[in-house]
Amino acid sequence: MTGAPQFTAPYQQQKPGKIAYINARVVDPESGLDTKGAVLTERELIIDVGANLFADGVPEGIDVVDCGGHVLSPGLLDIQVHFREPGEEGKEDLASGSKAAAAGGVTTAVCMANTKPPIDSVHVVEFLKKRARETSFVNIETYATITKGMRGEELSEMGLLKEAGAVGFSDDGLPVMNSRVMRRAMEYAKMFNMPIAQHAEDLTLSHGSCMNEGPTSTKLGLEGVPNAAEAIIVSRDLHLLEITGGHYHVLHISTRQAIEAVRQAKARGLNVTCEAAPHHFALTDQMVGSFRTFAKMNPPLRSQEDCEAVIEGLKDGTIDAIATDHAPHGPAHKRLPFASAAYGIVGLETMLPLALQLYHDGHLSLLDVLGKMTYQAADILKLNAGRIAKGKPADLTLIDLGREWSVDTLQFSSKSKNAPFDAFVVKGRAVRTVVRGKTVFELV
Amino acid sequence: MNSVKPYRFPYKDLLSIDQFSQQDILTILDLADHYVEQNRKPDKKHSTILANKTQINLFFENSTRTRTSFELAAKWLGCDVVNMEVETSSVKKGETLIDTAATLNAMHPEFIVVRHPDSGAVHLLAEKVNCSVINAGDGRHSHPTQALLDAATIRRSKGKIAGLTVAICGDILHSRVARSNITLLKLMGANVRLIAPTTLMPYGVEVFGVETYTDMREGLKDVDVVMMLRIQKERMDGSFIPSEREYFRFFGLDRRKLAYAKPDASVMHPGPINRGVEISSDIADDLTRSLILEQVEIGVAVRQAILELLASNITRT
Repeated sequence: MTGAPQFTAPYQQQKPGKIAYINARVVDPESGLDTKGAVLTERELIIDVGANLFADGVPEGIDVVDCGGHVLSPGLLDIQVHFREPGEEGKEDLASGSKAAAAGGVTTAVCMANTKPPIDSVHVVEFLKKRARETSFVNIETYATITKGMRGEELSEMGLLKEAGAVGFSDDGLPVMNSRVMRRAMEYAKMFNMPIAQHAEDLTLSHGSCMNEGPTSTKLGLEGVPNAAEAIIVSRDLHLLEITGGHYHVLHISTRQAIEAVRQAKARGLNVTCEAAPHHFALTDQMVGSFRTFAKMNPPLRSQEDCEAVIEGLKDGTIDAIATDHAPHGPAHKRLPFASAAYGIVGLETMLPLALQLYHDGHLSLLDVLGKMTYQAADILKLNAGRIAKGKPADLTLIDLGREWSVDTLQFSSKSKNAPFDAFVVKGRAVRTVVRGKTVFELV
Repeated sequence: MNSVKPYRFPYKDLLSIDQFSQQDILTILDLADHYVEQNRKPDKKHSTILANKTQINLFFENSTRTRTSFELAAKWLGCDVVNMEVETSSVKKGETLIDTAATLNAMHPEFIVVRHPDSGAVHLLAEKVNCSVINAGDGRHSHPTQALLDAATIRRSKGKIAGLTVAICGDILHSRVARSNITLLKLMGANVRLIAPTTLMPYGVEVFGVETYTDMREGLKDVDVVMMLRIQKERMDGSFIPSEREYFRFFGLDRRKLAYAKPDASVMHPGPINRGVEISSDIADDLTRSLILEQVEIGVAVRQAILELLASNITRT
């Protein structure tokens, strides 16, 4: 039985007092806390947490939320989403995207910079922040571009963009191909203690491709891209990182070779992080089947071996975070011949159950899998989020771990329904999402 | 008084600060002080120290300011001056340089003052001629007379160099001024700090005994002298720096940032300044803080001192 999703007003429009979340399995991945207990919030902050909190009952004057024994996790972060505002609000906007986030248990979404216009100037960052305050159901953070216009030539005004509120730099789907520019970007961003995030793809190698190079691409007669396209850029960037210092982040890593390069770089002490998307550990390129454009994304779905390498990277800590690359597209961009269709799938509403499958299958502990979507994701972008601890923001996700449900993409809150997971039976679901002390989503 | 042997200035050429001892520097600065006073008198033009001598200013790169300074210095000492500006872009530089050197040498000048866009070009030329070669700036390598005039300016303003803390700020990477100043100031016992965006800080520059900063507030804390460098505007839209306004926000010298330096800290700049990019106008024009015009004045005196010292050497050998 699926519950009916119910959204309350954006959190900015609510003014709660003290709220006690009782009868919960409180899980905080950073501290390793996993206990039956309670959490107390006041306005926007967590003010107490513990096993014995409210053992003698909740005092009068405090609102009570009974968690029904479910897992109370720090609010999830998705550090790579595309909310298409400004520019392509027909596909998604901050309101619809953040609703999808809330429905998926995500309390902080970090937008990529490839909007129209791209987020390469202070006034676009300020616009986004303003629109988020007015319309968003969850916390919105944003990347800004590495280079002006994402052209890969001149650095964006990184210092001013940071001051305006950007939390990292990325040219999104357009990797910085010029090594000299990338070197300077790393050097320059280091000064502001900001990460440079790269979509790793050697464009000269991937030119003309539309899926992974392998038996499926051969069978379908589609141009494939080899894993080397990702590994070449990751390796190059790690060499640059070695001379520049600073923090380099690989977006949606997807190949065995690139993961191995990051693993070795971490062992050498380089400040490199990476994230993986759920579809890269849940699906392989066979999903393309007979030209299903809902399985077209970039990086493409890879081989079974790469899928296993992603899981191995998540297990051994090489991969720091799970992020969706939530990329809404309408039928006009997806119902096209495979090679012409847009890249990308929506992912916010399936991230949690797909990630929890790693736990159900015994690959990762519950703490470890939630850690990839909470404090570890937050730490990549130095966000004050992802923890259940006194004084931290009251961002919480209540998870019914055992709930089995069938994905129905038509029920997605996202404006776009482009996902390959329709009718997938999954296990685990967010049943309440709390942002800054306020419930923004509840499954009743 | 002890009897002091007359100091001999033992050099044919002035190529870089590295060639000097502390004593050499002091000799130059003392003589420069003398010329500063001389130049303020009405009869400054009537020295005959360099009478019958010839100086060729050979500039492979435009620099009105430096060339004029050398020209005045020579003329005020009674020297004949010829200016040559050479276009380098269309010729093979090494070959042309040596050919040019041989040609000029045949004209028997006493001094050739050279500016060249390639590091080391002036040294190469000096090997090919008999006369004194003075480096007026080669590539990113060296600009010794600028460093000397900066040192003279600091000493006149602060009474000393040893023990002072000097911050050099801006485009260190491309700056020959910074390289010469680091060497000279360290030699004279100053503490040197470099402040620059990471993209404009030379790799491994700490080996020269300097402290490096990327934050103006930290770097300027309690310094005695703030030496700003020129940002090459033509490079601003390249990938070193995002924009002029961003540069000014984080690395331009304004009142707020200058407040971290000592209350009596002096501000210097080799010029020409980009107002509102590397320095705000109110500071550049503040005569209680800015030594920018003194640098220009003392520049002529330092070059006179150098010409005199090199000439004295020519007559002895």
